[in-house]
Amino acid sequence: MDTFATQSPLFEDRARAVLASVAAPDARRAAQEFVAQADRDAAFQLDACVHCGRCAEACHFYLVTRDPRHTPVYKLRPMLKAWQRERAPFAALRRWLGLTPPAVTATELSEWSELLYDTCNLCGRCTGACPMGIDIAGLVRRAREGMSVAGFAPADHYKAAQRALDTGSPIGLRWPALKRQIEIQEKETGLKIPVDAEGADYLVILSSIEIVGFAETIGALARIFHQAKVSWTVPSVGFEATNIGVQMGSRDVAAALLSRIVEAALRLKVKYVISPECGHAYSALRWEGPNLLGMAYPFKVVHIVELLDQLVREGRLKTRGKDNRRLAFHDPCQLVRRGGVIDEPRRLLAGVSNNTVELPSPGVANFCCGGGGGVSAIHRAEPLRFAAFACKQQQVEAAGAEALVTACANCRNVLEEAIEQYESTLPVLGLTELIAQYLEPDPPAALP
Amino acid sequence: MTAADLLDFARGPALWFSLLVLFAGSAWRVAATFRLGTTPDLAEPRSTRLLAGALRGIFGRMITKPEFRRGRGFGAVNGYIYHIGLAVIAFGFLPHILFVERLTGLAWTSLPGWVVYLAVGPTFIALLLALLYRMTDPVLRLLSGFDDFFSWFVVFLPLLTGMAAIDGWSPAAAPGAAPIYPGPLAIHLLSVELLFIWLPFGKLAHAFLAFISRGMTGASMARKGAVP
Ligand code: SF4
Ligand code: SF4
Repeated sequence: MDTFATQSPLFEDRARAVLASVAAPDARRAAQEFVAQADRDAAFQLDACVHCGRCAEACHFYLVTRDPRHTPVYKLRPMLKAWQRERAPFAALRRWLGLTPPAVTATELSEWSELLYDTCNLCGRCTGACPMGIDIAGLVRRAREGMSVAGFAPADHYKAAQRALDTGSPIGLRWPALKRQIEIQEKETGLKIPVDAEGADYLVILSSIEIVGFAETIGALARIFHQAKVSWTVPSVGFEATNIGVQMGSRDVAAALLSRIVEAALRLKVKYVISPECGHAYSALRWEGPNLLGMAYPFKVVHIVELLDQLVREGRLKTRGKDNRRLAFHDPCQLVRRGGVIDEPRRLLAGVSNNTVELPSPGVANFCCGGGGGVSAIHRAEPLRFAAFACKQQQVEAAGAEALVTACANCRNVLEEAIEQYESTLPVLGLTELIAQYLEPDPPAALP
Repeated sequence: MTAADLLDFARGPALWFSLLVLFAGSAWRVAATFRLGTTPDLAEPRSTRLLAGALRGIFGRMITKPEFRRGRGFGAVNGYIYHIGLAVIAFGFLPHILFVERLTGLAWTSLPGWVVYLAVGPTFIALLLALLYRMTDPVLRLLSGFDDFFSWFVVFLPLLTGMAAIDGWSPAAAPGAAPIYPGPLAIHLLSVELLFIWLPFGKLAHAFLAFISRGMTGASMARKGAVP
């Protein structure tokens, strides 16, 4: 813990240096980082493309715009060029023959800022479709490292990162705001919500969107954990789960934000940290975190959906009654396709629904809501993201779903906004809240 | 230089040189990337069955998952046709097997001649369609460059020259005997050697890179418990 505490300010300093890059975008720095990002696995994948175009048909942005520039692998062009120029297997031979590709330029990178950010949710649908097994989404994540460190990420991402570093939240939400919501939920549920309880088993962190837009989730958790007798706590510092660093593609910003959660977990000596209903927060904390911070965690990370499923299977969580609407599960990409939590949400949903329907191509082939991978934080990308939602909308209509259920507050928010744009009234529900709604009531207290 | 001299050249120095470039170039293409290395993943794995994930990635991606079949069906089917057709012709045709046997001592059962002859037509047409598709489809046009067209050319050329050389081959002739028309055979061999020389440098290297890339993605997905 001590070593970690001494490292934290370092993460912070490096993160702030990344944000300073926006003042003077530097194409050479971006190229250097592209090359550095192409390690063994990434380089093999960059090198394996046969230009078959299949990935285009998997990407909702291409499907709705039919703009060839929205072909997933094309988004990697600057990174590919930089790698071919400097590090590819025959780079020296090419140089000797005068066949080196030209250096990436600032103009090119400004153009690609739209392709690498506005038109990519890091959803990984293209990865699933590529016959060469190229993890295009993973490579876009890497390419963003080059963009963000050199000042080419969207201005909105730098601003959100600045707010997250300054206040703890990308939308500038601080502890007093969460405290207020906790108090409201305590009143609503009549249950005590433990804050900074040292030695609790589970640390609950939240996303700003949940705190602001879906605060009932906090009450739902209180009721669920009360019934299942789970020992838990919310930290007053380090409660924000979302990570703009992972979305903008800055390992330094991501590490600085993650270190706050890890510090909270270490301070409160918890055994588990629960990733809330948020896809990228899960991916950041569960899969990227240990690598970004350079340490294996002394605690385990579980997604709330995994924990709820476990509690149900252990018989600690019981529900009564079922929803009769035609409910369809919207798979958060980072949780399902890229996170491996595939069956749990469906098992949970089946427990509280009489009428579950699947959208066409469910699970690992689902369409993103359109706002993942930081797209929902880019104001200029709004028209494109609403357009991309058409793919989901068609699926909802085909399945005849009467409500969508999801396990990501960002998906939920983005879906609600898009549904409104499409002048529909389809409700979008959070899975945790839905479970809490059907909890078996407490047995009446025994008379004294 | 007579046709017989050209054939000697194609069977001798040109063949050895092209094989050297093929093997050394391919080895370098893999080794140069391999040595870049990677850092160990510190996140606790959900599954440690990485080899199973890699194999699922390698074999599973040979057939597109039904959910991803929408669009570009033509390109996919056409791709299967010329890949299978080329494999049938390259590895199933008796003279090719005899040629490999003469070089390495390795031999295998050939396919009946009519199967190979039957494969030539669809392969020929599929390759031409692949070129047409690449030149006219907006996505493929944007993605394609010299490598794509030259790679197509070095694959198509041996098929073309092979069809021209076929007249001079008789199943009754002893292996290695002087062919009736040495010129077309020499040109066919040289065109194959051009393919060998180009393979390690361009996208034809997907012949081996595909397996590495699929395997790596498969393993890393399996580690997370996701579908490889
Ligand atoms: S599907 Fe794969 S191989 Fe085909 S163009 Fe896209 S990245 Fe390249
Ligand atoms: S990750 Fe998703 S949004 Fe990004 S290019 Fe691939 S399919 Fe498109």
